[in-house]
Parts: sequence; structure tokens; C-alpha cells
Amino acid sequence: MFQIFTDFADWLTYTILALSPDSKLGDAVHFFVEDVSKIYVLLIVMIYVIALLRASLNIEAVRNYLAGKHRGVGYLMGSGFGAITPFCSCSSIPIFLGFTSAGIPVGITMAFLITSPLINEVAVLLLVSLLGWKFTLLYVVIGVSVGILGGLFLDTIKAERWLQSFAADALKRAQTSSDSPNLPEHEVTLTLSDRHSFAITESKEIFARVWIWVIIGVGIGAALHGFVPEGWISAHLGEGQWWSVPAAVLLGIPLYSNATGVIPVMESLITNGLPVGTALAFCMSTVAASFPEFILLKQVMQWKLLAILFALLLIAFTLVGWIFNAFIPFII
Amino acid sequence: MKNILVLGSGCTKCKKTAEVIEKIAAELDVNVSVSKETSPQVIMKYGVMSTPAVVVNEQLVHSGSIPDTTKITSWLKEA
Repeated sequence: MFQIFTDFADWLTYTILALSPDSKLGDAVHFFVEDVSKIYVLLIVMIYVIALLRASLNIEAVRNYLAGKHRGVGYLMGSGFGAITPFCSCSSIPIFLGFTSAGIPVGITMAFLITSPLINEVAVLLLVSLLGWKFTLLYVVIGVSVGILGGLFLDTIKAERWLQSFAADALKRAQTSSDSPNLPEHEVTLTLSDRHSFAITESKEIFARVWIWVIIGVGIGAALHGFVPEGWISAHLGEGQWWSVPAAVLLGIPLYSNATGVIPVMESLITNGLPVGTALAFCMSTVAASFPEFILLKQVMQWKLLAILFALLLIAFTLVGWIFNAFIPFII
Repeated sequence: MKNILVLGSGCTKCKKTAEVIEKIAAELDVNVSVSKETSPQVIMKYGVMSTPAVVVNEQLVHSGSIPDTTKITSWLKEA
């Protein structure tokens, strides 16, 4: 199914640009052309199809659904909805407060907010096309689990103690008032043409946001692919180097990217011999633990809670990396 | 005179929303005051979870995207 993109890259790189398949430059250009064309076509087609299906899912509906759910189900649903509900990262504060003022426990809200940047339709799409469905499935399961466990942990330590006072008050008010919070109904019925126009807007918007990341991500991936000597990565950062996982996580923090930009880099790192767990840890840390996001969260959380959250993510991603490096030979 | 408030945490889309509203108001020659609100507490007060959101004369009329021209025109034309 993806052969056509390989053929296209063959033709463009070796015939039109007349680069030699054995040269480093030819190798890098081929990688770049193949991945960029494949990703662009997939993105445009798939975002449209997915948006068509999820047109009626909005954040208000998710909140109304999560409010009043039993905690046990709540973490799973929170994290699951985080994976399928899209939102712009600049909305995370209003979402946090909207959930909180509906009486949803902090842990469930955070399960939603932790999972959301890790898993989205674009990320899943890229993973399937670049690294295969088995890897994708694992990635999704891990992303959701990190959200669930993170949320559970935050509720266990009573994280609501360290919210900013106005947010804590809103939570307390909602939880002590009636047990069914009075939430506005957001029932909408959509016609097919509504869905179509939503999907068109959505595709344009997402594409406009991510196209540059694809170029950057694949560009770095191509450079690694063509110019880092074969075997260098596995010799220096390969298995047996336990410290390479936490190092990858730390390296990922100041690098802020979204999943779209980092997945092509991850693909290139893995094909160059970086252990899967290390690559995964790096990817998750780049996407989910970023300074700009934390600065935003400062508006609703005290420093102590921010520090805990930060440490929690770092430890979680390091563990994910180690576990994967240890077990991947048995899974894939 | 209409008081229009654009709610949002300062992202590009929110700035754009305010600009579009001002532009259309100028074209229609409607007297409005457009201001931006970035405080999370105020945004919470209106119960908004997806920004940008638009409040016209204290009434929440839109949230979650840059509103399209037809919508903006209808807010501005309403008495």
C-alpha cells in the first residue's frame, strides 16, 4: 500500500535529481521524499475521515460525561477521552478549570491532560505508517496507562491541596453542592453536510499546524539516516547503556515539539539502531513534558504540584523506556 | 455600542478572532469595543473550556474556534 511512495522517491531522487543510491546524500534525500510525501497524503486523507466521524465529540460533552463517573472508571475514561479528543494546547487551562468546576477530581482531569498530547489521530497515523501497527498499539496502550497511573497517583497524594486557591475553591464548591452538577446541555445533531464542513475546516487547520513539523522532523530524521555512521548509535546509545534512557528523557524536555515532528525522528533513530524503549522515552518526553506547558499550568497549580507532576512524568517515561528495552525482543 | 469580549489564553487564534471582529465591525460601521481577556478565572466564570470564545454584552455566543464572517456579522447586526 505504501510502495507507491517508495517508487515516487526512487524516481525523484535517482532519476530526476540523478543522485546515486549509494551516496549518503542520495540516501538522505530518498528518505526525506518518501516520508514527506507519504505523511502528507495520509494526513490529508485520514484527518478528513477521522474528523467526519468525530464531528459530534466536543469537550463539553466529555466533561458532562466524566462528571459524576465513579473514580475507577473515571481514570480510564479520562485518559481514553484524552486520546481521542483534540484540543489546542492553549486550551488546557480552560479545560482544567472547566473540569475542576464541574467537580471532576484532579486525578481524572490530569489523566485527560497527560494523555492528550501523547496520543492523537495524527500521531497514531504517523506511527502506523512509519513503525507499523504493533508498535502503534503498544504506544497507545502505554500512553493511556501513563495517564491513568499518573491520575491515580495524583489523587492518592491528594494533589488538590496544591491547586491555586480559586481552583481549589471551585472544586470544593462543585463537590459539596448537589451530586449532579448543573451543566449546560450540549446535545447537537449534525447532518452529513455539517460533518463534511467540520472535517474540511479541521483538515485545513491541522495541516496548517503540522506541515512544518513534518518537514523539520523528517529533515532531522533524513540527516541522521544519511550522515550518522551506521552502528554509531547502537554502539554508543545501545542496549546495556542503562543511563541512555533517563538521558533521552532529560534531553527531550527542553526540546519542545508535538508528536508530528518527533515521530519521524524516532523512526530514524530506531532504524539507526537506537533501542525502541529509549526512542519511545525520548519521544514521550519531548511531546508531553514541556516548559511552556508547565508555565501555563502555573496559573492553576502551586509550584509544589508542578514539581511533582514534572517528576512524575520524568520517572514514568524513564520506566517506560527501561521496560521496553528489556521486553521488546519478546513482543515485536 | 456593543461590548465584545474575546476569551482566550493569548494564543494566535484568540488574537486573530479579535482582529477579525474589529475588521468586520469597521466594514459594517458598527460601534464596538473589543477587548481580550486572558485571566483563567474570568474564562472559568463564563464556563468556557475551548478558546477562543466570544462574549457579546455579557452573553456567551461562541467558543472553540475563530468564528466565521456570517456569525460575526449576525452578532454585530443584532440590535
